[in-house]
Amino acid sequence: MRSFLFIVALLISYSSIQAQDMTALVTKVKAKLDQVNDYEAEGNMKTDVSFIKAPIGKVKVYFKKPNKFRLKKEGGISLLPKGGVSVNMSTIITTSDFVALAAGEAVIDGFKTKIVKLLPSNEASEIVITTLYIDEPNLLVRKAITTTKENGTYEMQMSYGAYANYGLPQKVVFSFNTKDYKLPKGITLEFDDNEKPLSEAQKLKNKKGRVEITYSNYVVNKGIADSFFK
Amino acid sequence: MWTLIQIELYKIFRRPRTYIAFIAVAALIIIIQFGLKLDGKSYADFLMKDIGGTMEIDGNILNGYLICYIMLQLLLVHVPLLVALIAADMISGEANMGTLRLLISKPFSRTELLLAKFFASTVYTLLLLVWLAILALFLSMWIFGTGDMFLMKSSYVVLLSENDVFWRYTGAFVFAALAMVTVAALGFFLSIFAENSIGPIVATMSVIVFFTILSTLNIPIFNALKPYLFTTHMISWKEFFDIQVNDANEAIVGSIQHPQKIVNSALVLVLHIIGFVGGSIWIFKKKDVLS
Repeated sequence: MRSFLFIVALLISYSSIQAQDMTALVTKVKAKLDQVNDYEAEGNMKTDVSFIKAPIGKVKVYFKKPNKFRLKKEGGISLLPKGGVSVNMSTIITTSDFVALAAGEAVIDGFKTKIVKLLPSNEASEIVITTLYIDEPNLLVRKAITTTKENGTYEMQMSYGAYANYGLPQKVVFSFNTKDYKLPKGITLEFDDNEKPLSEAQKLKNKKGRVEITYSNYVVNKGIADSFFK
Repeated sequence: MWTLIQIELYKIFRRPRTYIAFIAVAALIIIIQFGLKLDGKSYADFLMKDIGGTMEIDGNILNGYLICYIMLQLLLVHVPLLVALIAADMISGEANMGTLRLLISKPFSRTELLLAKFFASTVYTLLLLVWLAILALFLSMWIFGTGDMFLMKSSYVVLLSENDVFWRYTGAFVFAALAMVTVAALGFFLSIFAENSIGPIVATMSVIVFFTILSTLNIPIFNALKPYLFTTHMISWKEFFDIQVNDANEAIVGSIQHPQKIVNSALVLVLHIIGFVGGSIWIFKKKDVLS
Protein backbone atom coordinates (compact mmCIF):
# COMPACT_ATOMS: atom_id res chain seq x y z
CA MET A 1 0.00 0.00 0.00
CA ARG A 2 2.83 2.41 0.87
CA SER A 3 4.62 1.61 -2.36
CA PHE A 4 1.38 2.17 -4.35
CA LEU A 5 0.91 5.60 -2.74
CA PHE A 6 4.54 6.39 -3.52
CA ILE A 7 4.03 5.54 -7.20
CA VAL A 8 0.84 7.69 -7.37
CA ALA A 9 2.64 10.61 -5.71
CA LEU A 10 5.54 10.17 -8.14
CA LEU A 11 3.18 10.18 -11.14
CA ILE A 12 1.34 13.30 -9.92
CA SER A 13 4.56 15.17 -9.32
CA TYR A 14 5.91 13.98 -12.71
CA SER A 15 2.83 15.22 -14.56
CA SER A 16 2.96 18.58 -12.77
CA ILE A 17 6.64 18.88 -13.70
CA GLN A 18 5.61 18.14 -17.32
CA ALA A 19 2.96 20.89 -17.19
CA GLN A 20 5.49 23.33 -15.78
CA ASP A 21 7.92 22.35 -18.52
CA MET A 22 5.33 23.19 -21.13
CA THR A 23 4.68 26.57 -19.57
CA ALA A 24 8.40 27.20 -19.68
CA LEU A 25 8.53 26.19 -23.32
CA VAL A 26 5.55 28.36 -24.18
CA THR A 27 7.16 31.23 -22.29
CA LYS A 28 10.32 30.83 -24.35
CA VAL A 29 8.31 30.83 -27.58
CA LYS A 30 6.42 33.90 -26.41
CA ALA A 31 9.68 35.65 -25.55
CA LYS A 32 10.84 35.01 -29.09
CA LEU A 33 7.61 36.37 -30.53
CA ASP A 34 7.78 39.35 -28.17
CA GLN A 35 10.83 40.63 -30.03
CA VAL A 36 8.33 41.84 -32.63
CA ASN A 37 6.41 44.94 -31.61
CA ASP A 38 4.95 45.46 -35.04
CA TYR A 39 5.46 44.29 -38.58
CA GLU A 40 4.36 44.98 -42.09
CA ALA A 41 4.57 42.19 -44.65
CA GLU A 42 3.84 41.70 -48.32
CA GLY A 43 2.52 38.44 -49.58
CA ASN A 44 0.30 36.46 -51.90
CA MET A 45 -3.04 35.18 -50.70
CA LYS A 46 -4.79 32.16 -52.12
CA THR A 47 -8.38 31.42 -51.12
CA ASP A 48 -9.55 27.84 -51.56
CA VAL A 49 -13.21 27.61 -50.59
CA SER A 50 -15.55 25.47 -52.68
CA PHE A 51 -18.07 28.26 -53.27
CA ILE A 52 -15.51 31.02 -53.95
CA LYS A 53 -13.78 31.61 -57.27
CA ALA A 54 -10.96 34.00 -56.49
CA PRO A 55 -7.57 34.57 -58.09
CA ILE A 56 -4.34 34.70 -56.10
CA GLY A 57 -4.08 38.26 -54.82
CA LYS A 58 -1.29 40.44 -53.52
CA VAL A 59 -1.83 41.43 -49.91
CA LYS A 60 -0.20 43.61 -47.30
CA VAL A 61 -0.45 42.50 -43.71
CA TYR A 62 0.04 44.79 -40.73
CA PHE A 63 0.39 43.74 -37.08
CA LYS A 64 0.97 45.65 -33.88
CA LYS A 65 1.16 44.32 -30.35
CA PRO A 66 -0.87 43.17 -28.57
CA ASN A 67 -3.52 42.16 -31.12
CA LYS A 68 -3.97 44.76 -33.82
CA PHE A 69 -4.14 43.16 -37.26
CA ARG A 70 -5.05 44.40 -40.72
CA LEU A 71 -4.91 42.76 -44.11
CA LYS A 72 -5.15 44.92 -47.21
CA LYS A 73 -5.57 43.45 -50.64
CA GLU A 74 -4.48 45.14 -53.84
CA GLY A 75 -7.71 46.04 -55.64
CA GLY A 76 -9.57 46.35 -52.40
CA ILE A 77 -11.69 43.26 -51.71
CA SER A 78 -10.40 40.48 -49.49
CA LEU A 79 -12.18 37.33 -48.35
CA LEU A 80 -10.95 35.88 -45.08
CA PRO A 81 -12.22 33.14 -42.81
CA LYS A 82 -14.35 34.71 -40.13
CA GLY A 83 -12.33 35.37 -37.00
CA GLY A 84 -9.45 33.20 -38.15
CA VAL A 85 -6.70 35.03 -39.98
CA SER A 86 -6.62 37.96 -37.60
CA VAL A 87 -5.62 35.66 -34.74
CA ASN A 88 -1.88 36.02 -34.40
CA MET A 89 0.46 33.66 -32.58
CA SER A 90 1.36 36.48 -30.17
CA THR A 91 -2.28 36.85 -29.17
CA ILE A 92 -2.73 33.11 -28.65
CA ILE A 93 0.38 32.60 -26.57
CA THR A 94 -0.19 34.55 -23.41
CA THR A 95 1.15 32.34 -20.64
CA SER A 96 -0.28 34.47 -17.86
CA ASP A 97 -3.81 33.75 -19.01
CA PHE A 98 -3.43 30.13 -20.09
CA VAL A 99 -2.64 26.77 -18.60
CA ALA A 100 -0.20 24.83 -20.78
CA LEU A 101 -0.42 21.05 -20.71
CA ALA A 102 1.73 18.52 -22.49
CA ALA A 103 -0.09 16.24 -24.89
CA GLY A 104 2.65 14.21 -26.56
CA GLU A 105 4.83 14.63 -29.59
CA ALA A 106 4.27 14.72 -33.35
CA VAL A 107 6.20 15.28 -36.56
CA ILE A 108 5.07 18.29 -38.63
CA ASP A 109 6.68 18.90 -42.02
CA GLY A 110 9.60 16.69 -40.98
CA PHE A 111 10.16 18.58 -37.70
CA LYS A 112 9.75 16.83 -34.37
CA THR A 113 7.33 18.88 -32.27
CA LYS A 114 5.93 18.93 -28.74
CA ILE A 115 2.16 19.04 -28.54
CA VAL A 116 0.97 21.62 -26.03
CA LYS A 117 -2.66 22.23 -25.06
CA LEU A 118 -3.33 25.82 -24.04
CA LEU A 119 -6.42 26.30 -21.90
CA PRO A 120 -7.51 29.86 -21.20
CA SER A 121 -7.96 30.72 -17.52
CA ASN A 122 -10.36 33.51 -18.36
CA GLU A 123 -13.85 32.12 -18.94
CA ALA A 124 -14.75 35.10 -21.09
CA SER A 125 -12.00 34.25 -23.57
CA GLU A 126 -13.17 33.75 -27.17
CA ILE A 127 -10.70 30.86 -27.50
CA VAL A 128 -11.86 27.58 -25.94
CA ILE A 129 -8.66 25.60 -26.45
CA THR A 130 -5.53 25.84 -28.57
CA THR A 131 -3.26 22.98 -29.48
CA LEU A 132 0.25 24.06 -30.39
CA TYR A 133 2.85 21.93 -32.14
CA ILE A 134 6.10 23.51 -30.98
CA ASP A 135 9.45 22.84 -32.60
CA GLU A 136 11.44 22.95 -29.36
CA PRO A 137 15.03 23.35 -30.71
CA ASN A 138 13.99 26.31 -32.92
CA LEU A 139 11.25 27.64 -30.60
CA LEU A 140 8.81 27.84 -33.49
CA VAL A 141 5.11 27.00 -33.61
CA ARG A 142 4.73 24.70 -36.62
CA LYS A 143 1.01 24.14 -36.30
CA ALA A 144 -1.84 25.49 -34.17
CA ILE A 145 -5.41 24.25 -33.88
CA THR A 146 -7.72 26.73 -32.22
CA THR A 147 -11.31 26.16 -31.18
CA THR A 148 -13.29 29.33 -30.66
CA LYS A 149 -16.72 29.95 -29.18
CA GLU A 150 -18.14 31.87 -32.12
CA ASN A 151 -16.18 30.87 -35.20
CA GLY A 152 -15.61 27.13 -34.86
CA THR A 153 -12.26 25.40 -35.18
CA TYR A 154 -9.50 26.51 -37.48
CA GLU A 155 -6.05 25.21 -38.08
CA MET A 156 -2.92 27.16 -38.91
CA GLN A 157 0.15 25.48 -40.33
CA MET A 158 3.26 27.58 -40.56
CA SER A 159 6.51 27.15 -42.46
CA TYR A 160 9.44 29.43 -41.76
CA GLY A 161 12.17 31.11 -43.76
CA ALA A 162 14.33 34.19 -43.40
CA TYR A 163 12.39 35.62 -40.44
CA ALA A 164 12.34 32.44 -38.36
CA ASN A 165 14.50 34.10 -35.70
CA TYR A 166 11.58 36.50 -35.05
CA GLY A 167 9.08 33.62 -35.12
CA LEU A 168 7.47 35.09 -38.23
CA PRO A 169 6.32 32.54 -40.79
CA GLN A 170 7.06 32.54 -44.51
CA LYS A 171 3.84 30.72 -45.25
CA VAL A 172 0.65 30.28 -43.25
CA VAL A 173 -2.12 27.90 -44.24
CA PHE A 174 -5.45 28.47 -42.51
CA SER A 175 -7.94 25.60 -42.65
CA PHE A 176 -11.46 26.16 -41.42
CA ASN A 177 -14.96 24.79 -41.64
CA THR A 178 -17.35 26.53 -43.99
CA LYS A 179 -21.11 26.82 -43.92
CA ASP A 180 -23.37 26.21 -46.89
CA TYR A 181 -23.72 29.08 -49.33
CA LYS A 182 -26.91 29.50 -51.29
CA LEU A 183 -28.70 32.60 -52.55
CA PRO A 184 -32.18 32.45 -54.07
CA LYS A 185 -32.06 32.70 -57.86
CA GLY A 186 -34.67 35.45 -57.67
CA ILE A 187 -32.10 37.65 -55.93
CA THR A 188 -29.20 36.84 -58.24
CA LEU A 189 -31.51 36.93 -61.29
CA GLU A 190 -30.14 33.62 -62.56
CA PHE A 191 -32.70 31.45 -64.18
CA ASP A 192 -30.75 28.70 -65.90
CA ASP A 193 -30.63 25.44 -63.98
CA ASN A 194 -27.48 23.64 -65.09
CA GLU A 195 -26.25 22.66 -61.65
CA LYS A 196 -25.70 19.03 -60.88
CA PRO A 197 -26.48 17.83 -57.33
CA LEU A 198 -23.36 17.18 -55.24
CA SER A 199 -22.49 13.75 -53.87
CA GLU A 200 -22.18 13.26 -50.10
CA ALA A 201 -18.35 13.02 -50.41
CA GLN A 202 -18.22 16.28 -52.34
CA LYS A 203 -20.48 17.97 -49.79
CA LEU A 204 -18.13 16.88 -46.98
CA LYS A 205 -15.07 18.09 -48.91
CA ASN A 206 -16.82 21.36 -49.60
CA LYS A 207 -17.22 22.01 -45.88
CA LYS A 208 -13.45 22.64 -45.58
CA GLY A 209 -11.90 25.90 -46.65
CA ARG A 210 -8.27 27.01 -46.87
CA VAL A 211 -6.56 30.36 -47.08
CA GLU A 212 -2.83 30.40 -47.81
CA ILE A 213 -0.69 33.47 -47.32
CA THR A 214 2.89 33.31 -48.58
CA TYR A 215 4.91 36.22 -47.26
CA SER A 216 7.66 37.63 -49.43
CA ASN A 217 8.93 40.50 -47.33
CA TYR A 218 8.74 41.63 -43.71
CA VAL A 219 9.46 45.04 -42.25
CA VAL A 220 9.83 44.48 -38.50
CA ASN A 221 9.69 47.01 -35.65
CA LYS A 222 9.60 50.14 -37.80
CA GLY A 223 6.49 51.45 -36.03
CA ILE A 224 2.90 51.55 -37.25
CA ALA A 225 0.44 54.19 -36.00
CA ASP A 226 -2.58 52.91 -34.06
CA SER A 227 -4.84 54.98 -36.29
CA PHE A 228 -3.86 52.77 -39.22
CA PHE A 229 -5.85 49.88 -37.75
CA LYS A 230 -9.10 51.83 -37.39
CA MET B 1 -27.39 53.15 -99.83
CA TRP B 2 -25.58 55.48 -97.43
CA THR B 3 -27.95 58.30 -98.39
CA LEU B 4 -30.90 56.04 -97.66
CA ILE B 5 -29.50 55.18 -94.24
CA GLN B 6 -28.95 58.88 -93.51
CA ILE B 7 -32.54 59.65 -94.49
CA GLU B 8 -33.84 56.87 -92.24
CA LEU B 9 -31.65 58.04 -89.35
CA TYR B 10 -32.96 61.56 -89.82
CA LYS B 11 -36.52 60.22 -89.66
CA ILE B 12 -35.79 58.26 -86.48
CA PHE B 13 -34.09 61.07 -84.59
CA ARG B 14 -36.61 63.71 -85.69
CA ARG B 15 -39.39 61.96 -83.77
CA PRO B 16 -39.76 62.83 -80.07
CA ARG B 17 -40.68 59.19 -79.33
CA THR B 18 -37.09 58.19 -80.08
CA TYR B 19 -35.84 60.06 -77.04
CA ILE B 20 -38.29 58.38 -74.65
CA ALA B 21 -35.98 55.39 -74.47
CA PHE B 22 -32.91 57.55 -73.73
CA ILE B 23 -34.79 59.47 -71.04
CA ALA B 24 -36.24 56.29 -69.50
CA VAL B 25 -32.82 54.60 -69.35
CA ALA B 26 -31.21 57.70 -67.83
CA ALA B 27 -33.99 58.09 -65.25
CA LEU B 28 -33.83 54.44 -64.18
CA ILE B 29 -30.05 54.40 -63.90
CA ILE B 30 -29.87 57.67 -61.97
CA ILE B 31 -32.58 56.50 -59.54
CA ILE B 32 -30.77 53.20 -58.90
CA GLN B 33 -27.44 55.01 -58.44
CA PHE B 34 -29.07 57.52 -56.10
CA GLY B 35 -30.64 54.73 -54.03
CA LEU B 36 -27.43 52.75 -53.81
CA LYS B 37 -25.39 55.83 -52.96
CA LEU B 38 -27.72 56.62 -50.06
CA ASP B 39 -28.43 53.12 -48.78
CA GLY B 40 -26.05 50.82 -50.61
CA LYS B 41 -24.63 49.39 -47.39
CA SER B 42 -27.98 47.87 -46.36
CA TYR B 43 -28.30 46.35 -49.83
CA ALA B 44 -24.76 44.92 -49.67
CA ASP B 45 -25.36 43.57 -46.14
CA PHE B 46 -28.53 41.87 -47.31
CA LEU B 47 -26.72 40.27 -50.25
CA MET B 48 -23.82 39.11 -48.07
CA LYS B 49 -25.94 37.74 -45.25
CA ASP B 50 -25.31 34.16 -46.30
CA ILE B 51 -21.59 34.32 -47.04
CA GLY B 52 -21.00 36.48 -43.95
CA GLY B 53 -21.44 33.42 -41.72
CA THR B 54 -18.21 31.92 -43.01
CA MET B 55 -16.13 34.73 -44.45
CA GLU B 56 -15.25 38.28 -43.57
CA ILE B 57 -15.36 40.49 -46.62
CA ASP B 58 -13.29 43.61 -46.50
CA GLY B 59 -13.29 46.34 -49.11
CA ASN B 60 -15.62 48.39 -51.29
CA ILE B 61 -18.06 45.76 -52.58
CA LEU B 62 -20.49 48.27 -54.05
CA ASN B 63 -18.09 49.81 -56.53
CA GLY B 64 -18.94 51.00 -60.02
CA TYR B 65 -18.31 47.59 -61.58
CA LEU B 66 -20.81 45.71 -59.40
CA ILE B 67 -23.40 48.47 -59.68
CA CYS B 68 -23.17 48.37 -63.47
CA TYR B 69 -23.68 44.59 -63.36
CA ILE B 70 -26.75 44.94 -61.13
CA MET B 71 -28.19 47.56 -63.48
CA LEU B 72 -27.49 45.52 -66.60
CA GLN B 73 -29.28 42.55 -65.04
CA LEU B 74 -32.32 44.72 -64.45
CA LEU B 75 -32.24 46.83 -67.59
CA LEU B 76 -31.28 44.38 -70.30
CA VAL B 77 -34.59 42.61 -69.68
CA HIS B 78 -36.50 45.82 -70.34
CA VAL B 79 -34.40 47.63 -72.94
CA PRO B 80 -35.81 45.30 -75.66
CA LEU B 81 -39.18 46.90 -75.08
CA LEU B 82 -37.65 50.31 -75.81
CA VAL B 83 -35.91 48.97 -78.90
CA ALA B 84 -39.25 47.62 -80.13
CA LEU B 85 -40.72 51.15 -80.00
CA ILE B 86 -38.58 52.19 -82.94
CA ALA B 87 -37.74 48.96 -84.79
CA ALA B 88 -41.35 47.75 -84.99
CA ASP B 89 -42.38 51.11 -86.41
CA MET B 90 -39.90 51.15 -89.31
CA ILE B 91 -42.21 49.79 -92.03
CA SER B 92 -45.61 49.91 -90.35
CA GLY B 93 -45.06 53.61 -89.52
CA GLU B 94 -44.61 54.38 -93.23
CA ALA B 95 -47.70 52.29 -94.04
CA ASN B 96 -49.65 54.12 -91.36
CA MET B 97 -48.69 57.53 -92.77
CA GLY B 98 -49.38 56.36 -96.29
CA THR B 99 -45.82 56.98 -97.47
CA LEU B 100 -44.71 53.38 -98.00
CA ARG B 101 -46.12 53.09 -101.51
CA LEU B 102 -44.48 56.39 -102.42
CA LEU B 103 -41.21 55.25 -100.91
CA ILE B 104 -40.98 52.05 -102.93
CA SER B 105 -41.69 53.95 -106.12
CA LYS B 106 -38.29 55.68 -105.71
CA PRO B 107 -35.35 54.49 -107.83
CA PHE B 108 -33.90 51.94 -105.46
CA SER B 109 -34.81 48.34 -104.78
CA ARG B 110 -37.06 47.13 -101.99
CA THR B 111 -34.08 45.19 -100.59
CA GLU B 112 -32.02 48.40 -100.39
CA LEU B 113 -34.88 50.20 -98.72
CA LEU B 114 -35.37 47.47 -96.12
CA LEU B 115 -31.64 47.12 -95.43
CA ALA B 116 -31.33 50.89 -94.98
CA LYS B 117 -34.25 50.90 -92.55
CA PHE B 118 -32.82 47.94 -90.65
CA PHE B 119 -29.35 49.52 -90.43
CA ALA B 120 -30.92 52.75 -89.19
CA SER B 121 -32.82 50.90 -86.45
CA THR B 122 -29.58 49.06 -85.62
CA VAL B 123 -27.79 52.41 -85.23
CA TYR B 124 -30.56 53.56 -82.88
CA THR B 125 -30.24 50.33 -80.86
CA LEU B 126 -26.47 50.66 -80.62
CA LEU B 127 -26.69 54.31 -79.58
CA LEU B 128 -29.13 53.32 -76.84
CA LEU B 129 -26.62 50.74 -75.61
CA VAL B 130 -23.76 53.25 -75.75
CA TRP B 131 -25.93 55.61 -73.69
CA LEU B 132 -26.60 52.74 -71.26
CA ALA B 133 -22.86 52.00 -71.04
CA ILE B 134 -21.99 55.65 -70.41
CA LEU B 135 -24.49 55.96 -67.58
CA ALA B 136 -24.42 52.47 -66.06
CA LEU B 137 -20.70 51.81 -66.34
CA PHE B 138 -18.74 55.03 -66.65
CA LEU B 139 -20.99 57.18 -64.45
CA SER B 140 -21.08 54.43 -61.79
CA MET B 141 -17.28 54.11 -61.97
CA TRP B 142 -17.07 57.85 -61.41
CA ILE B 143 -19.58 57.94 -58.54
CA PHE B 144 -18.73 54.68 -56.75
CA GLY B 145 -15.10 54.14 -57.77
CA THR B 146 -13.49 50.99 -59.13
CA GLY B 147 -11.81 47.95 -57.63
CA ASP B 148 -12.16 44.20 -57.59
CA MET B 149 -15.57 42.97 -58.66
CA PHE B 150 -17.37 40.76 -56.18
CA LEU B 151 -20.25 38.89 -57.74
CA MET B 152 -22.69 36.73 -55.88
CA LYS B 153 -24.25 33.95 -57.89
CA SER B 154 -26.84 31.55 -56.48
CA SER B 155 -24.40 28.78 -55.51
CA TYR B 156 -20.99 30.47 -55.56
CA VAL B 157 -19.28 33.83 -55.53
CA VAL B 158 -16.80 35.20 -58.05
CA LEU B 159 -14.05 37.66 -57.24
CA LEU B 160 -12.61 39.32 -60.34
CA SER B 161 -9.40 41.32 -60.09
CA GLU B 162 -9.79 44.99 -60.96
CA ASN B 163 -7.58 44.65 -64.04
CA ASP B 164 -9.66 41.67 -65.21
CA VAL B 165 -13.03 43.42 -65.33
CA PHE B 166 -13.11 46.09 -68.03
CA TRP B 167 -12.56 43.75 -70.99
CA ARG B 168 -15.44 41.63 -69.67
CA TYR B 169 -17.73 44.67 -69.82
CA THR B 170 -16.56 45.36 -73.37
CA GLY B 171 -17.47 41.78 -74.30
CA ALA B 172 -20.76 41.96 -72.39
CA PHE B 173 -21.83 45.17 -74.14
CA VAL B 174 -20.88 43.80 -77.56
CA PHE B 175 -22.93 40.70 -76.77
CA ALA B 176 -25.81 42.81 -75.45
CA ALA B 177 -25.67 44.78 -78.72
CA LEU B 178 -26.12 41.53 -80.62
CA ALA B 179 -29.08 40.61 -78.41
CA MET B 180 -30.73 44.01 -78.86
CA VAL B 181 -30.18 43.93 -82.64
CA THR B 182 -32.00 40.57 -82.59
CA VAL B 183 -34.93 42.29 -80.90
CA ALA B 184 -34.74 45.09 -83.46
CA ALA B 185 -34.77 42.49 -86.25
CA LEU B 186 -37.85 40.81 -84.72
CA GLY B 187 -39.69 44.13 -84.44
CA PHE B 188 -38.62 45.00 -87.96
CA PHE B 189 -39.91 41.64 -89.24
CA LEU B 190 -43.28 42.07 -87.54
CA SER B 191 -43.64 45.62 -88.86
CA ILE B 192 -43.87 44.20 -92.39
CA PHE B 193 -47.29 42.74 -91.65
CA ALA B 194 -49.08 45.74 -90.16
CA GLU B 195 -50.36 49.04 -91.40
CA ASN B 196 -50.14 50.79 -88.05
CA SER B 197 -47.32 50.98 -85.49
CA ILE B 198 -49.16 49.80 -82.39
CA GLY B 199 -49.71 46.23 -83.61
CA PRO B 200 -46.06 45.27 -84.32
CA ILE B 201 -44.77 47.16 -81.25
CA VAL B 202 -47.18 45.31 -78.95
CA ALA B 203 -46.57 42.03 -80.82
CA THR B 204 -42.78 42.40 -80.41
CA MET B 205 -43.15 43.19 -76.72
CA SER B 206 -45.53 40.25 -76.28
CA VAL B 207 -43.14 37.82 -77.98
CA ILE B 208 -40.26 39.03 -75.78
CA VAL B 209 -42.31 38.86 -72.57
CA PHE B 210 -43.74 35.44 -73.46
CA PHE B 211 -40.37 33.96 -74.47
CA THR B 212 -38.59 35.53 -71.46
CA ILE B 213 -41.12 33.94 -69.10
CA LEU B 214 -40.66 30.58 -70.80
CA SER B 215 -36.86 31.01 -70.63
CA THR B 216 -36.91 31.77 -66.93
CA LEU B 217 -39.64 29.38 -65.84
CA ASN B 218 -38.08 26.40 -64.13
CA ILE B 219 -40.65 23.80 -65.09
CA PRO B 220 -39.02 20.65 -66.53
CA ILE B 221 -41.46 20.35 -69.43
CA PHE B 222 -40.28 23.75 -70.75
CA ASN B 223 -36.58 23.05 -70.28
CA ALA B 224 -36.34 21.21 -73.62
CA LEU B 225 -37.77 24.29 -75.29
CA LYS B 226 -35.38 26.81 -73.77
CA PRO B 227 -32.39 26.32 -76.11
CA TYR B 228 -34.62 27.23 -79.06
CA LEU B 229 -35.81 30.52 -77.62
CA PHE B 230 -33.67 33.52 -78.51
CA THR B 231 -34.48 35.09 -75.14
CA THR B 232 -32.56 32.25 -73.44
CA HIS B 233 -29.46 33.27 -75.38
CA MET B 234 -29.90 37.00 -74.82
CA ILE B 235 -28.72 36.69 -71.21
CA SER B 236 -25.46 34.95 -72.12
CA TRP B 237 -23.62 38.28 -71.63
CA LYS B 238 -23.43 37.21 -67.98
CA GLU B 239 -21.04 34.43 -68.98
CA PHE B 240 -18.32 37.06 -69.40
CA PHE B 241 -18.37 37.49 -65.62
CA ASP B 242 -17.81 33.86 -64.70
CA ILE B 243 -14.23 32.72 -64.35
CA GLN B 244 -12.52 29.34 -64.69
CA VAL B 245 -10.64 27.75 -61.81
CA ASN B 246 -7.75 25.30 -62.03
CA ASP B 247 -7.42 22.04 -60.07
CA ALA B 248 -6.16 23.96 -57.05
CA ASN B 249 -9.34 26.11 -57.09
CA GLU B 250 -7.40 29.23 -58.16
CA ALA B 251 -9.31 31.49 -60.50
CA ILE B 252 -7.51 31.91 -63.84
CA VAL B 253 -7.28 35.63 -64.58
CA GLY B 254 -8.54 36.44 -68.09
CA SER B 255 -10.56 33.24 -68.45
CA ILE B 256 -14.27 32.63 -69.00
CA GLN B 257 -16.00 29.61 -67.48
CA HIS B 258 -18.10 28.69 -70.55
CA PRO B 259 -16.72 30.51 -73.63
CA GLN B 260 -18.47 28.00 -75.90
CA LYS B 261 -21.82 29.05 -74.43
CA ILE B 262 -21.14 32.65 -75.50
CA VAL B 263 -20.14 31.56 -79.00
CA ASN B 264 -23.20 29.30 -79.33
CA SER B 265 -25.57 31.99 -78.08
CA ALA B 266 -23.98 34.59 -80.38
CA LEU B 267 -24.44 32.23 -83.34
CA VAL B 268 -28.08 31.62 -82.42
CA LEU B 269 -28.69 35.37 -82.22
CA VAL B 270 -26.89 36.03 -85.54
CA LEU B 271 -29.01 33.32 -87.17
CA HIS B 272 -32.15 34.96 -85.78
CA ILE B 273 -31.06 38.34 -87.16
CA ILE B 274 -30.35 36.83 -90.58
CA GLY B 275 -33.66 34.93 -90.42
CA PHE B 276 -35.76 37.94 -89.43
CA VAL B 277 -34.12 40.39 -91.86
CA GLY B 278 -33.97 37.82 -94.68
CA GLY B 279 -37.60 36.89 -94.01
CA SER B 280 -38.58 40.57 -94.02
CA ILE B 281 -36.91 41.14 -97.41
CA TRP B 282 -38.37 37.96 -98.89
CA ILE B 283 -41.91 38.77 -97.76
CA PHE B 284 -41.69 42.48 -98.53
CA LYS B 285 -40.45 41.84 -102.07
CA LYS B 286 -43.61 39.82 -102.74
CA LYS B 287 -45.91 42.10 -100.83
CA ASP B 288 -48.56 44.09 -102.64
CA VAL B 289 -48.10 47.49 -101.05
CA LEU B 290 -51.37 49.40 -101.04
CA SER B 291 -50.73 52.11 -98.46
